[in-house]
Amino acid sequence: MKTTDLDFYYGDFPALEGVSLDFYINRVTALIGPSGCGKSTLLRCLNRMNDLIPYSRAEGKVLLDGQDIYDPNVDVVGLRRRIGMVFQKPNPFPKTVFENVAFGLRVNGISKKTYLANRVEESLNLAALWDEVSDRLDDSALGLSGGQQQRLCIARALAVEPEVLLMDEPCSALDPIATQKIEELIHQLKSSYTIIIVTHNMQQAARVSDITGFFYLGKLIEVDDTDTIFTRPKLQQTEDYITGRFG
Amino acid sequence: MNESETTLMEPGAMSSSALKGAEKEQNDMIKPSHARERRRRVFQRSAFGLFRIAAAVNGTALAIIIYFLVARGWRAINWTFLTQPPIDSMTKGGILPCIIGTLCLSMGAILVALPIGVASAIYLNEYARPGRVLRVIRLGINNLAGVPSIVFGLFGLALFVVLLGFGVSILSGALTLGAMTLPVIIGASEEALRAVPDTYREASLGLGATKWQTIYRVVLPAALPGILTGAILGIGRAAGETAPIMFTAAVFYSPSLPSSIFDEIMALPYHIYVLATAGTEIEATRHLQYGTALVLIVLVLGLNLVAIVYRARLRRRLG
Repeated sequence: MKTTDLDFYYGDFPALEGVSLDFYINRVTALIGPSGCGKSTLLRCLNRMNDLIPYSRAEGKVLLDGQDIYDPNVDVVGLRRRIGMVFQKPNPFPKTVFENVAFGLRVNGISKKTYLANRVEESLNLAALWDEVSDRLDDSALGLSGGQQQRLCIARALAVEPEVLLMDEPCSALDPIATQKIEELIHQLKSSYTIIIVTHNMQQAARVSDITGFFYLGKLIEVDDTDTIFTRPKLQQTEDYITGRFG
Repeated sequence: MNESETTLMEPGAMSSSALKGAEKEQNDMIKPSHARERRRRVFQRSAFGLFRIAAAVNGTALAIIIYFLVARGWRAINWTFLTQPPIDSMTKGGILPCIIGTLCLSMGAILVALPIGVASAIYLNEYARPGRVLRVIRLGINNLAGVPSIVFGLFGLALFVVLLGFGVSILSGALTLGAMTLPVIIGASEEALRAVPDTYREASLGLGATKWQTIYRVVLPAALPGILTGAILGIGRAAGETAPIMFTAAVFYSPSLPSSIFDEIMALPYHIYVLATAGTEIEATRHLQYGTALVLIVLVLGLNLVAIVYRARLRRRLG
């Protein structure tokens, strides 16, 4: 997946300017930068979630398997199935644990019970949650802890077998132990997915990602291997941000 | 503790108390702020008291009304009263046709208003783009809520009874009451839809659900308890109205129960109105009037209770 010369406007305000960035399979790409730098906006351009915002528009290209997802012929609903998203705050539906994970399958027309049950178990296993909830599948998902809810949201996203997983500060509402679990999960998941994660936590970016992109004022300032960015950044601005001198 | 008290003190209080001994000084420094604390507490308490009284007035009003109706009407209530039609020029007998009529009308009104109202609310809250059209529609709905009920009665007479030829019937009455109930239901439904967090919508869309699937499977279920509240209010209002049905559905007296939606019917509020203003024995039927009113209010409260219990069940299931 890649973006070329992507601009994004909220009304007249340019939130992203000329962003060209490649995302690789089996790699975790972290997007870092101060608040309002456009990293979340970029993430939400990648599955066209920004379409929901009135008076906003995107220019430039976002390619998924070579196809521009902003092409008018693209089926946005189908696209979003291929690109899963995990949000900042855990947002399970007020339904049972089972129905949360099965939701994406059901809306895609799958109703066969045995298949659903298998797929739900598989997804919960992938999200390292099965052991904790296997006897609570019919309980409300809102009764789970915050960390469990977030892993449930990850399981829910994985259930529809997306190719790309977008994570918008997935740990910002979680305690350190839950955060650690999610980070371990990201490590395991990258063997099968393209993962793109927005984070405010620089240590987290350093821990979980292979590639890091630094954003400032809607522009991609520098992108490189995470090791390089955190040890030998090319630009002074990147170094200042990473070392905490501004941001 | 003492330090923070000091910072709250005015400079003047400091200099006067500085003359006294250390122990005493401390006491003096705490005292004025105690007085202030007390003033604040008194103010706080009296404000609370006022609000509590305001809230209590509501409950008291309901209690007085119910007491009044029970005290004057309970003698009229018996098995015959509830299960027989009126006899002897409506000076004796029961009110069964009125009970049936009011149930038919309020259920009919909800059947008409709930789907249209919820659909309108979904359009307004989920689909419509903000702009002039939306503002005009909203203005219309708000004004609809302000239209006096007698005007709805005349509207129903002109449109449903005469123009569409439904005659004075359950159908005309239910449609008229439905139109009157619409703004209540739209308002409550919109409120309920707005209260559904956007994160639910985003999560659903992010999983490849269509907009309609998102609304139908996620937003509506989450909003259902609130929508039901609207329905409760709507039913209550529809059941108690007289003006909208007096030209469209209700009759003075009907010897038989309705057999189709095109039949005219008796209704509780209209029956009270008739007995109290146009009956043959207004004074002698007082207890029947109060009895009928008691039945009406119990019916409305009963309907509300059913809906409230159902709503609580739904909430528990969702929570």
